[in-house]
Amino acid sequence: MSEISRRKLITTGLAVAAGASGVAVAAKLAQRHGLIPPDAGVFYGPGETVTYAAQRILNRHAMAREFSRAQISTNPFANEVDQLGDEFKRSQAAGFVDWKVTVDGMAARPGSFSLGEIRSFPASSQITMIGCEEGWTYIAEWTGVPLSYILERVGARPEVRYVVYRSIQPDWWESIDMADALHPQTVLAHRMNGDELPVPFGGPVRMRVPRQLGYKNIKYITRLTLTEDLKHFGKGTGGSASDGGYAWYAGI
Amino acid sequence: MNGSLPIAGRDVVAISAAAAPAARERKRHSGLVRVTHWVTTLAFFALLLSGGEIVLSHPRFYWGETGNVNMRPWLNLHLPSSRDTVPTGYGYVLPDANGWSRYLHFEAAWVAVGTGLLYVLWGFFSGHFRRNLTPVNLSLKEIGGSVVAHLRFKRPGDEEAWSYNVLQRVAYLVVIFVLFPLMIWTGLAMSFGFDAAFPLAVRLLGGHQTARSIHFLVTILLVAFLVIHVVMIFVAGFRSRMRAMISGTVVSGRTDSDVRATPHPRQSSTGVNV
Repeated sequence: MSEISRRKLITTGLAVAAGASGVAVAAKLAQRHGLIPPDAGVFYGPGETVTYAAQRILNRHAMAREFSRAQISTNPFANEVDQLGDEFKRSQAAGFVDWKVTVDGMAARPGSFSLGEIRSFPASSQITMIGCEEGWTYIAEWTGVPLSYILERVGARPEVRYVVYRSIQPDWWESIDMADALHPQTVLAHRMNGDELPVPFGGPVRMRVPRQLGYKNIKYITRLTLTEDLKHFGKGTGGSASDGGYAWYAGI
Repeated sequence: MNGSLPIAGRDVVAISAAAAPAARERKRHSGLVRVTHWVTTLAFFALLLSGGEIVLSHPRFYWGETGNVNMRPWLNLHLPSSRDTVPTGYGYVLPDANGWSRYLHFEAAWVAVGTGLLYVLWGFFSGHFRRNLTPVNLSLKEIGGSVVAHLRFKRPGDEEAWSYNVLQRVAYLVVIFVLFPLMIWTGLAMSFGFDAAFPLAVRLLGGHQTARSIHFLVTILLVAFLVIHVVMIFVAGFRSRMRAMISGTVVSGRTDSDVRATPHPRQSSTGVNV
């Protein structure tokens, strides 16, 4: 009996040691390949890290599903937003002519783009589904300037790892990694179903990240910041949703 | 696999051959079965709780790709909601618990998937499925007899302390190879990131909302299984069945030490029908 339990003890010990060093090596590799999300340190960080890493390994270049024109929802639902502020209402009354999207951070040529400029940039269209973490969905055609075009135009530095984007609404901001920021379907959308993007759906400009849930697709974008580290933004988890207890990566 | 692996069938044979009347404690469930059983139980309760919380943020279900409050659901649970955008008819809104619920749901899902994979791989390689879960004498008569016995809440005979009856085998196989895989599939099909890589996952199901509806319906089937499973444990003898799944042993000749203590008459012939 003691012979068996000693053998068991040794094998279990070896297995634990192998497992621990395996995890350590995996963590190093994951860090190097950008597979650790900024909210990895929260209580549910381990599960979140596995989800993010697994999806990034599987889908880095994959395209979100696109649908036919016939599948566009006739009754989309514009989720509610907080009471719009005076700054927004003044701009809305003026037809958004003074609306600006400022790009700063790690860029060679930071600057601001007016709504007119954004609308004049080469646009791409997609018929994709937007889904809320609550479970509901709709399909629409979104038209906008690819975020990758903006990043190229401002001369994003190679060290940039995240794009932080903010709404004109106070404390409404999110961030995405470069896999999503440079993804061809990630656009600053300014048109929906062939018309100017309606205000309830995020007009004049909304971030559209079709491989992630609705809460990463925030409305009324006014500022983009290119950074290599999210530590100094909010509580450091990379967005107002994740600072509020939601997962930073919303691909599931 | 070496001979010391504690698998029910093999140990029973060894002990029966020895025919030692003094051998009162016998192995029932292997260590791997017991550990994966309880880890899965924990993960299942975490998934059920967090899944229920998530449903409360939109307690309506649709078919096809799209569904929202502007559309007609096929199923409205008429529950209060954690979102004021859902017209529920209740005069209040529940607190938002989706942040931790979603975190917990996916963390528990990883635990369940990992544990399940380990169990299934081991089950094939060790012969566990072939020996313990493949229905023997799968006939209508056998099934009919077992159904009647179950409906009468008949306390099973001693042989069932060592081996599963035909209904158990069928139920466990359905849970392991149909319901759990369907849960994982429909769950992944609701992920936009996953669908980008594997669009067929959601297309084969008939759409995002259909995946969500099936995910919910299979939850009901799994909860029904859990309820029947627990009721049957009480019918069969709570102490002996819990002992078998915790310590891995069953006291010979007794299905439940607090109820009966009759020695098993046909130990060697029925005990090995695994």
